[in-house]
Amino acid sequence: MQTGYKTTFWISCAIVLLLLLVPTLGSKYLIDLTTEILIYALFALSLNVLIGYSGNISFGHAAYFAIGGYSCAILLTTYELPLIISMPAAIILSGLAAAFVGYFCVKLTDIYFAMLTLAFGMLVWAVAFKWRAVTGGDDGFVGVNVPAFIDNRYGFFYFTLFVVTVSAALLWLICHSAFGRTLVAVRENRVRAGFVGVNTTRLRHTAFVVAGTFAGIAGSLFAMYNRGVYVESAFWTESGQVLIMALLGGLYSFFGPALGAAVLYTLQVGINQYTEYWPVVLGIILLIILMFLPDGIIGLAQKLRSQFSRKA
Amino acid sequence: MAQLEVDNIRTAYGLSKVLFGVSLTVEPGEVVALVGRNGVGKTTTMRSIMGMAPPQEGSIRWIDRDITGIPVHHVAKLGIGYVPEDRRIFPELTVWENLDIGRRPPMDGGDGWSEEQVFELFPDLKDIQERKGGVLSGGQQQMLTIARSLMGNPKLLLLDEPSEGLAPIVVESLRDRIQMLKTGGLSIVLAEQNLDFVLFLSDRVHILEKGEVVYTGTPAELRDNPDVQTKYLTV
Repeated sequence: MQTGYKTTFWISCAIVLLLLLVPTLGSKYLIDLTTEILIYALFALSLNVLIGYSGNISFGHAAYFAIGGYSCAILLTTYELPLIISMPAAIILSGLAAAFVGYFCVKLTDIYFAMLTLAFGMLVWAVAFKWRAVTGGDDGFVGVNVPAFIDNRYGFFYFTLFVVTVSAALLWLICHSAFGRTLVAVRENRVRAGFVGVNTTRLRHTAFVVAGTFAGIAGSLFAMYNRGVYVESAFWTESGQVLIMALLGGLYSFFGPALGAAVLYTLQVGINQYTEYWPVVLGIILLIILMFLPDGIIGLAQKLRSQFSRKA
Repeated sequence: MAQLEVDNIRTAYGLSKVLFGVSLTVEPGEVVALVGRNGVGKTTTMRSIMGMAPPQEGSIRWIDRDITGIPVHHVAKLGIGYVPEDRRIFPELTVWENLDIGRRPPMDGGDGWSEEQVFELFPDLKDIQERKGGVLSGGQQQMLTIARSLMGNPKLLLLDEPSEGLAPIVVESLRDRIQMLKTGGLSIVLAEQNLDFVLFLSDRVHILEKGEVVYTGTPAELRDNPDVQTKYLTV
């Protein structure tokens, strides 16, 4: 097991190094695409704490992404606060919102939990939509003040890579700590975890807050990257999309959702050039995952590897 | 004052009533057996004590404290360990992690159980610490579940059909381990169908029938009473 952790560490280092080289390839388009993928990867990783590790399916995860985005945008622009205050404050606000919503959601389980996350998610969307004075309503919050050092493609790319790497490392540590392993136990059997003395409700609440907080980080990056936040970011389809990213990559592996985000987002961008019917393609992808790839791309890779090693 | 006092509890799952006034007491260091055919309420009695199926009526007192209806993880932390009869471990966690998740400090201070002591009692587990719980044999899983509850430093262990589905030789070894725990001063409530297992280990036997205690006696009394055995225990 320890050797497995070591391999993961070196592979992650290699990936980060390769990503550092992306700007040297000279394609501005590639830099933008990679930045977007990194943001969505973090968003999907954050959701996986809730789904993959603790087994709670959320249909309202976009709410915390949006809260992070709006807060960061508003603090930077309306209040003209520096990034060093705005971004941490936005992240804390997302965490607090998740703590509040999670308090109610974790009282329920399974489908009731999922429906309540959807309900709260739509409440956040409604607030963003109607509170025009603060959020800009359906025009969106445009013209975010971004500090000079990240006000260019290259600076922002490195900033995003740094933030996402640190966040992913933190999430990895959280998921592989005693806390993370206990979450797995709760996912496998809530009742059993209860009678060995685990307060499962509190644990699921903590997972909810962790997931919301990291979604807030992704959201604040997203707001700065786009120089704006739009009400669509809080809509339930956004929650659905990130759920599909996680499913596509593989829920029961740590990096699966990040891979899923990369594949799905690249497909979306690619397919949008040919047709406006992306949702149709998305539906087909979802069908394929559910019918043929229940453990996502990572699950498929593991299955193939074990088949090959059996033949060898 | 008994350590555990279950007083006239009535428990139902929705509309189907299962327990109709079960009472029992456990003194410190005592092994109390619950026997009876399938479906008479042995498991439900344990689930009621543990807080997983709180009784509608009656009370459960644990060391001078009313624990009726408190959350299950509180009951666990108060020193009652539960070893259920169904699949017992966390399959995705390793043996060591399965033990670690049950780790709770003893209520009254002191050192409590360490892994080393648990491995002394169950040497088989020591060599497979890194293996996932899901790949263990039935006997190993049963040992691991008991070992895990010991990590929580219980004062009372609820053992639900520990011998079920295990090979005779494994049952014998399990019986000796439980005997060792008893010698160490642990109180045990044992639900069991295997009468020899019960007679060997217990200090008192309660026979349950249709959600009620219909007979109470010592193992010797029950052994010498074939009528009661035929009436309530023979299938």
